[in-house]
Amino acid sequence: MAQRASTASKKSPQVSTQVIRDLHERMVRIRLFETEAGKLMEAGKLPGFLHLYVGQEAVAAGVMAALRDDDQITSTHRGHGHAVAKGVGFREMYAELYGRVTGACLGRGGSMHINDLTRGMLGANGIVGAGVPIAVGAAFAARYKGEDSVAVTFFGDGATNIGAFHEGANMAAILGLPVVFVCENNGYAEFTPQSGHMLLTDVADRAAAYGMPSVIVDGMDAVAVHRAATEAVERARAGAGPMMIEAKTYRFFDHQGVKGLRHPYRSDEEVAEWKSRDPIDLIEARAVADGTATRAELDDVWQRTRDEIADAIAYAEASPLPDPADLLLNVYSG
Amino acid sequence: MTTTTEAPAVTPVAAPRKLSYVKAFNEGLAQAMREDENVFVAGEDVAGYGGVFRMFDNLLDEFGPRRMIDTPISEAALVGLGVGAAARGLRPVVDLMFMDFIGVCLDQIVNQAAKMKYMFGGGLSVPLTITTASGAGLGAAAQHSQSLEAWLAHVPGLKVVMPSDAYSAKGLTVSAIRDDNPVVVMLNKVLLGSTSEVPEEIYGIPLGQAHTARQGSDVTVIALGRMVGEALAAADELAAEGVEIEVIDPRTVQPLDTETMFASVRRTNRVLVVHEAVTFGGLGAEIAAQIQDTVFDYLDAPVLRIGAPFSPVPFSPVLEKAYVPDRARIAQGCRRLLERS
Ligand SMILES: Cc1ncc(C[n+]2csc(CCOP(=O)(O)OP(=O)(O)O)c2C)c(N)n1
Repeated sequence: MAQRASTASKKSPQVSTQVIRDLHERMVRIRLFETEAGKLMEAGKLPGFLHLYVGQEAVAAGVMAALRDDDQITSTHRGHGHAVAKGVGFREMYAELYGRVTGACLGRGGSMHINDLTRGMLGANGIVGAGVPIAVGAAFAARYKGEDSVAVTFFGDGATNIGAFHEGANMAAILGLPVVFVCENNGYAEFTPQSGHMLLTDVADRAAAYGMPSVIVDGMDAVAVHRAATEAVERARAGAGPMMIEAKTYRFFDHQGVKGLRHPYRSDEEVAEWKSRDPIDLIEARAVADGTATRAELDDVWQRTRDEIADAIAYAEASPLPDPADLLLNVYSG
Repeated sequence: MTTTTEAPAVTPVAAPRKLSYVKAFNEGLAQAMREDENVFVAGEDVAGYGGVFRMFDNLLDEFGPRRMIDTPISEAALVGLGVGAAARGLRPVVDLMFMDFIGVCLDQIVNQAAKMKYMFGGGLSVPLTITTASGAGLGAAAQHSQSLEAWLAHVPGLKVVMPSDAYSAKGLTVSAIRDDNPVVVMLNKVLLGSTSEVPEEIYGIPLGQAHTARQGSDVTVIALGRMVGEALAAADELAAEGVEIEVIDPRTVQPLDTETMFASVRRTNRVLVVHEAVTFGGLGAEIAAQIQDTVFDYLDAPVLRIGAPFSPVPFSPVLEKAYVPDRARIAQGCRRLLERS
């Protein structure tokens, strides 16, 4: 039986001032990107679907802060947070949400397909679980080429019921590939609670079936996520094979869009309880208490990000639409 | 003849009842479940939530968790569950939410459900219904917008229906459930809220029987699914120009009622086939080939096809609109056919 690394220690580990600030900034960037996108969607300005990531920021920030630019990630339908944390620019992300030709997918992909190959962001994905084997392939390529980059695949609790997850996990394990499996367990698959789609309490138990070590972390604690990710990434980079991190987290908005209270699939109390452990509040409280940053310095991060977002939205709105004459652009290469 | 001054007996004419496409589907499904205890529904968020498109609203309340089953996100296991249960005499309705997701369970549909009866020497049947939402128009992008009927219609053993309005959504669903074969019901996302007259009682629309949605003498337009409405709109536009379009809605694309099409072609001598799926390798090619095989001598012009360009469905609404055929393109196609004498 594969070992389970010790589960998240109650007390967050010591990390450098710089790491805390980095995690904080990544989370603020995601939060503001997402809340503004939600407002734009509610105002009827964005076409298509919008799966918001708010609440789960600590996971993307914690993992991405442990990666290099050349490390690859595959993401999910809820992919904006991963993209932002990996360094994809606001301008091309908003432009994509607006369906503009300046967008990350030239307006062809929309929210669920944002990618940036220069940042190792191999794409959000509209098919649940489909990113898992793709990350395995990216890790294979790294090893094949003699590079020391790793691949990280993000997926939800619900996605671990898909064959692609199981096949991908076993493949990574048996080939000993440098893949980090990150389960963002927000407790729900759409409107179905975890207890309604698997009998396990911990998704991490699934790793054992493939001989893969795993660790469970508090997904609201960016520092804890970061520590686990750093360890998993270092292991993978050193050739010790794949590992799974299960981050217990929560999405504050609805599955799709901002709020869809049509069906009370979760209680207001539950949402409020998780919101009381807002990952950004947690890191800010810690930063101020530690003397890592002053309140003014933290506020400055918010303000700078707000300005950058206002610029990006203006850029997106001023951007041209794609030309229908170019409909067949990029269907094939060459 | 009576000469009394009594008011004539008024036969109450029931006001025709209009229902939305999604509610008509829901009603047909509920009635089929009442009719046959062996019918059950399984899929992601179909029970507690009522389906992401409201297709399964209220069914859990009436039929309970024995017959309305929320499943994990495991489409291969979901279709396989349906195949196994059907092989043992139940009549499963399994929902795949978005048609694009058949990509993750195609083996169960194509190699298992469709072939079991034949391979096993006919000893069992697979009365499985697969429901799913197809089509573009919601800005849902390339992995949530496809019309993949040609994939499925190519597989012997499967049946495929494409309701074009609320009336056919109900009737085809009922027939799919009553049918002893695996049938895929392709609901169109853009049509979900559209309404038409729908009888309250349960009724089936025979599978493999086309419907002439409008009669006309100048051009036959064979339109699939959502394109039926576009073709009817184009016909209105052309009627103002003195051109009479006949619109044929196959309703079932496998088996395909070619006889109704041939009869129409013998009258109009011109044919346009239109579907939302990409033109290349689409059903338009099959229909055009069959028409020229059988009624070539009646044609005054080559059969014309209109479909989507050969690309994935684009996200940006401006591109998506250019991608999906519409009434203007259909009208234009008819004019082109008429230009040839
Ligand atoms: C193969 C497939 N099946 C179903 C869906 C529809 N769908 C989109 S998101 C989702 C729930 C995913 O749950 P989880 O993996 O836990 O991620 P979360 O939404 O919680 O982030 C489902 C069922 C899909 N996109 N792809």
